Amino acid sequence: MPERIELNVNDELRAVSADEATPLVYVLRNDLGLKGTRLGCGANQCGACYVLIDGHAVASCDTPLWAAVGKRITTVEGLGTPERPHPLQRALIAEQASQCGYCLSGILMSAAALLARNAAPTESEVRAALDRNLCRCGTHNRIVRAVLRAARESVPA
Amino acid sequence: MSAVVQPAGANEVRPRLPGSLHSNRRLSQWLRVHAAGMVEVFSGKVEIGQGILTALAQIAAEELDVALGRIRMIPATTAASPDEGVTSGSLSIQESGTALRHACAEARTIYLAAAASRLGVTAESLRVADGEFIATDGRRTSYWALADERLLDREATGAVQPKPPTSHRVIGTAVARLDVPDKVFGAPRFIHDLELPRMLHGRVLQPASPGATLLSLDESRARALPGVVAIVRDGGFVGVVAEREDVAVKALAQLGDGAKWNETPTLPDAAVLVDWLKAQPLDTTPVDTREASTPAQVARTVRARYTRPYLAHASIGPSCALAQWSGDAVRIWTHSQGIYNLRVDLGRALGLPIEKVVVEHVEGAGCYGHNAADDVAFDAALLARVADRRPVKVQWTREDDFAWPAFGPAMAIEIEADLDAGGEIVGWRHDVWSNGHSSRPGRATTPALLAAWHRAKASERVIAVNPPVAAGGGADRNSVPLYDFPAWRIVNHRLLAMPLRTSALRSLGAYANVFAIESFLDELAAERGADPLDYRLCHLTDPRARAVIEAAAARAGWRAWRKREGLGHGIGFARYKNTGAYCAVVAEIEAEREIRVRRLIVAVDVGLAINPDGVANQMEGGAVQATSWTLKEGVRFDRTRVTSTSWEDYPILRFSEAPAVEVEIVSQLSERSVGAGEAAQGPTAAAIANAVCDALGVRIRDLPITSERIVAAIG
Repeated sequence: MPERIELNVNDELRAVSADEATPLVYVLRNDLGLKGTRLGCGANQCGACYVLIDGHAVASCDTPLWAAVGKRITTVEGLGTPERPHPLQRALIAEQASQCGYCLSGILMSAAALLARNAAPTESEVRAALDRNLCRCGTHNRIVRAVLRAARESVPA
Repeated sequence: MSAVVQPAGANEVRPRLPGSLHSNRRLSQWLRVHAAGMVEVFSGKVEIGQGILTALAQIAAEELDVALGRIRMIPATTAASPDEGVTSGSLSIQESGTALRHACAEARTIYLAAAASRLGVTAESLRVADGEFIATDGRRTSYWALADERLLDREATGAVQPKPPTSHRVIGTAVARLDVPDKVFGAPRFIHDLELPRMLHGRVLQPASPGATLLSLDESRARALPGVVAIVRDGGFVGVVAEREDVAVKALAQLGDGAKWNETPTLPDAAVLVDWLKAQPLDTTPVDTREASTPAQVARTVRARYTRPYLAHASIGPSCALAQWSGDAVRIWTHSQGIYNLRVDLGRALGLPIEKVVVEHVEGAGCYGHNAADDVAFDAALLARVADRRPVKVQWTREDDFAWPAFGPAMAIEIEADLDAGGEIVGWRHDVWSNGHSSRPGRATTPALLAAWHRAKASERVIAVNPPVAAGGGADRNSVPLYDFPAWRIVNHRLLAMPLRTSALRSLGAYANVFAIESFLDELAAERGADPLDYRLCHLTDPRARAVIEAAAARAGWRAWRKREGLGHGIGFARYKNTGAYCAVVAEIEAEREIRVRRLIVAVDVGLAINPDGVANQMEGGAVQATSWTLKEGVRFDRTRVTSTSWEDYPILRFSEAPAVEVEIVSQLSERSVGAGEAAQGPTAAAIANAVCDALGVRIRDLPITSERIVAAIG
């Protein structure tokens, strides 16, 4: 049965009315209008729907609402904006690291979680951190270059 | 006899206009100048992740002499866009780009004349800068001040030549893609993100297997879910419409539990697929024959057979569409590659004149061929029909998007080379067995839409055919060698039975034909003890072909390569469709427990490159995707069901497995621009296979090149 549930999304408390077993991805996209989180496989196998939950990249298709309550949820919209881009977003544009772009939001989440715990990853650490995210267009190398660039450019002067 | 005035269009020989301008002749179909300081550009080609809209915008900005930021690319719609058929075959730059170059050049001349008249000077004395026409005395006007729809409401003459490459300022530069910021910031750009007022959500229950018929359906549990609006059943077509997406997903699971199917084993035996391919009823056609000027003495004949499995599109985003009815008319939002063709089939399947169907393009996830975009559009139309004029968004499940779209067909290729006493190739035969590589909508007499085959009043299934040889062919694409052999005979055998649905997948037959030809060439070179690079060059006279091969080899340091345990290098080459982009690939691989491709060096000649970084991006992507196909991919099935229905059953290349890719664009500024999207597929597969043989001394002729196959070959 639907109930009122409060979620902390992108540093805002948002109330939704939904069954607590509803996968988070549908609530983010359809109830909260945060379309940047993409639905891919619905089975935690492709990474397209990743969000940060308390800093960890997690599949929102496989996370029931109740498991997200009381935790800090960050979506791609909360990572940065065109006016205030996250270094990763700036770097993806600089490296033109996109073809279709459907996988990018999820990849951004994995990369952001990586940079938060390892500010200067090696290339193989970046690849390992993105290994749960699938990209079908073959943009892998540009994305890896962008993550390394973001790491470089975020180092305080 | 009195003269008969022919009505316009009848028996009229219309002068050939460049690209798609020929069939969409009015300038106003291509662009509209707005007083607000921008230009709307209409193309019938669609963005499928390849960056085409950016390249087309560059062309328009260049020829009009306006800043790129003033160009608005209008998404294709059957309500307004030129009909350019399908966005496929790496033809968008050739067809739409060529049309826009000429249409915009002509539009510039028309506006230049209007500016000259306004300013009372000659057109030749005016200079154009970011849309302003500036006289020598400094007086000026602009497209924006002169904006008048009537100026372009005329047929193109084709008489105005586009700029020469030496004058280009926007074409040939690596401008940033227009769509990337939206994708990086998570803006709602995909069809999956489209939200219409009062929108409902739909899901479709696909049959249990291709040969299944629905015996009974218990809808009660699905219907009992709060928020379920309607359940549609029409023969074997079953769908649900709900207020919320998550409820539609739940209801789909309930419907699945409540459905009883009669399943029959209709699929081939995967263990003996080649035998099966050759045993089917076939449509056998000659592709090309070259007769030797003097008959040769054949000392011996060498043969080999190469195969590829069925391949899945496996896009990250499942197919999705929206539909909304208004009386007896329907509006469709789709990521189809061919909105006009889809409209034809929707009209047929829905029993509507096409005027009652409007199809609009919205970007989807990456598209690599004829995927389920068209199918799900028809699903949406069927579900929305019971939604009382509310729009319905339908998305396929990941599992269905693996099992139900057309696959790239399995292929068997047999090549024979006749050698004379000196070991020279004097004859060459190439036979292909495969289902057809196109069953796209709008081309058959019945709708090529999945649900049309499942409904109670089922349409006859469309059996895949091949595009004509003149259009690059299908299964036979790139089967005619580019090498200077004195004689050959190329034959295509198209299967007339299609238990597994097949259609176009990136590069069609070229992937397997190039893999086969280029592998076989290495086998022949090895017999002669020749270096594969030298062996190719000595059979090639086309200077552009030689240039890409030499560029790839030089960049890879081919001649400096030192043989080391477990490492290998290999080369592959093709000119896509024998008329498009030239591409050579050198692969460097490491053979341990698995094959790891460490580095791919890609040299490509696309003629005049509109956007060099766009070309590089397409080549990199094509090479990485082809690596995935070559090392990992193949659709799995038993005699009844497709069994590869998740990323676990159909693994693709991951970040830690992706090879480094270096792209070198061999510039040919004076050559016409051709597409880059499919050129890397075949050469990459061949280069990897040849590198595996170089490393391990075993020739793998069946794709994918898995460790099991290598162990079997060594053993």
